[in-house]
Amino acid sequence: MATTPQATKRKWEREGSPWTGLWAVVAKEMADHLTGVRMRILEILIVLTAIGTVYVAIQNLRTTVGEDPFLFLRLFTTGKDPLPAFVGFLGFLVPLIAIALGFDAVNGEMNRRTLSRVLAQPIYRDALLFGKFLAGLFTLALVLAAIWLLIYGLGLLRLGVPPSGEEVARSLWFLVATVAYGGVWLSLSLLFSIVFRQPATAALSSIAVWLFFTVFWGMIAQLVAQGLQPVRFGLPQEFLSQAQLELGLARISPNTLYGEAVLALLHPTVRALGPVLPIQLQGAILGTPLPLSQSLLLIWPQLTGLIAATLLLFVLGYVLFQRQEIRA
Amino acid sequence: MSSGSGNGEGVVIQTEGLTKRYWDLVAVDHLDLSIHEGEVFGVLGPNGSGKTTTILMLLGLTEPTEGSARVLGFDPVRQPLKVKAHVGYLPDQVGFYDELTARENLSYIAKLNGIPRREAYRRIDESLERMGLADVADRRVGTYSRGMKQRLGLAELLLKRPRVVILDEPTLGLDPEAAREFLHTIEGLKEEGITVLLSSHLLHQVQAVCDRVGLFHRGKMVLEGTVPELARRVLGGAYRIRLEVADSTQDLTEALRRTPGVVSARRVDGNVYELEAGEDVRSEVARAVIEAGAGLLSLEREEPSLDEIYARYFQEVSADGNDTTSNEA
Repeated sequence: MATTPQATKRKWEREGSPWTGLWAVVAKEMADHLTGVRMRILEILIVLTAIGTVYVAIQNLRTTVGEDPFLFLRLFTTGKDPLPAFVGFLGFLVPLIAIALGFDAVNGEMNRRTLSRVLAQPIYRDALLFGKFLAGLFTLALVLAAIWLLIYGLGLLRLGVPPSGEEVARSLWFLVATVAYGGVWLSLSLLFSIVFRQPATAALSSIAVWLFFTVFWGMIAQLVAQGLQPVRFGLPQEFLSQAQLELGLARISPNTLYGEAVLALLHPTVRALGPVLPIQLQGAILGTPLPLSQSLLLIWPQLTGLIAATLLLFVLGYVLFQRQEIRA
Repeated sequence: MSSGSGNGEGVVIQTEGLTKRYWDLVAVDHLDLSIHEGEVFGVLGPNGSGKTTTILMLLGLTEPTEGSARVLGFDPVRQPLKVKAHVGYLPDQVGFYDELTARENLSYIAKLNGIPRREAYRRIDESLERMGLADVADRRVGTYSRGMKQRLGLAELLLKRPRVVILDEPTLGLDPEAAREFLHTIEGLKEEGITVLLSSHLLHQVQAVCDRVGLFHRGKMVLEGTVPELARRVLGGAYRIRLEVADSTQDLTEALRRTPGVVSARRVDGNVYELEAGEDVRSEVARAVIEAGAGLLSLEREEPSLDEIYARYFQEVSADGNDTTSNEA
């Protein structure tokens, strides 16, 4: 059959909205997440850590009430041996929750033989995948927001001072950064749930990637930086370029990006996230807090980096899912 | 209800040169199929003959490599949502969310179909009632037997009020009683004017409910028609007559063979004979028996069975395939 280019183009255009049925999927998946045993266990875990770390933080902070202008931010960042701060816990609990929310999203449906039945309904695959992603993200946001409120409540009760607007704004941005960080791991586990037929394989692969970035990536970045930019003559430039390369490599890891974002948001006095030369500090009054807008400017690349990684992984999964044969 | 332009004579499913290739494997090879409104069409064929792939292409769940399909006047490649809104599909191994109840499972499907809530509740009750699941509607599907799940699958189809229903191996793994009930339901669908495409291995079931059947082999539809038509083509004599005589002393084979219209005659045992004929020659046969001086006890026409057609066809195909070298003599 001879077809003009226009006709060919029209032939491959789909009719109907890819969002049809999206909210039905989101509602169903969220209901599953929120009532599932898996999520309950993780919720209990995170609530216990929140209460534990914040309680310890409050014990510490009560001695300094009135001296510190960012008392409520300290709730998140103060730890006392042997207990690390709440943000330290979040750094590995959030990936764990995100992976738990996504690792059996697609292959689970396939194994239960529900996928072909659901896709035989008048929806596109787009709606199913995006619905599952959104449901995971909303669930994560919901859990984190609940914990955020819990911490604020504890803080109000035990510290006896109200938080300032600046503190609330900063910790809300911290919440946004945490959800974005979770989004990376959620879309990673969603991707693996498309690639691997077995949910267990998908879960283990996701955890392997997370472990790689948490434990090994820092060392690898250091080794690579030392190899590529060796310090031969002990010149300051050499040290600087090595440090910059190491930092650049380390920033490939979402953990580094999240760590830096949290650092700048919850410690208003942090004014740079890389090596700083003394000349750059001229005229700066050290120890004075930055306004929120300046801190945000500082972490903007980190935040957009996390969101970009989320999108990239999601798009990769989306393409693979569109091409996947749905027959089991 | 929006409807695609009817193709004139009520053709509901039509494919032209529909082809699907996976790398070098041709799963479906230039398939031309047309199914009319209100018809029950049976798709037969060994595993891997392209039945399921064809079904998936009709639903827009797999894209054809070549050729085109029309379902209710819609193109499954470009307008899959419109196709899927009017076509109910029951996959070969139907699965539900085990942790949800039957009602919750159906309500999810209703939402995906965009059925308003109140209407959905009414339809869910109605279809569960009809499939005899009303009593267990609030039990988790995980506790259901295979037959119950299959019925729940049908309830889901009814929920959509489909115009076409596609069933892929629906009776696989059902006990005979459940399978019979299932076939009964298919007959019910037909009475409502719903077009049914049924793929199955269980030939006598297909024969029982289908108006027409298509035989798939290596991605091609090698035979198509009503069961008697296929019998005529594959088995030669379309009419099989079985008769029993009272007197066993004389051999009637010769006399029967000479009767006009009879293709072959065979004495099965003692008093029972089997004839093959090109047309209905029962009265002639009766006369021949009487004239030969024997008493006629019974004379009946045997329906050609799809099992036989199927077996014979694939025997021939495999014989053709194997004998290409030795056939020269």
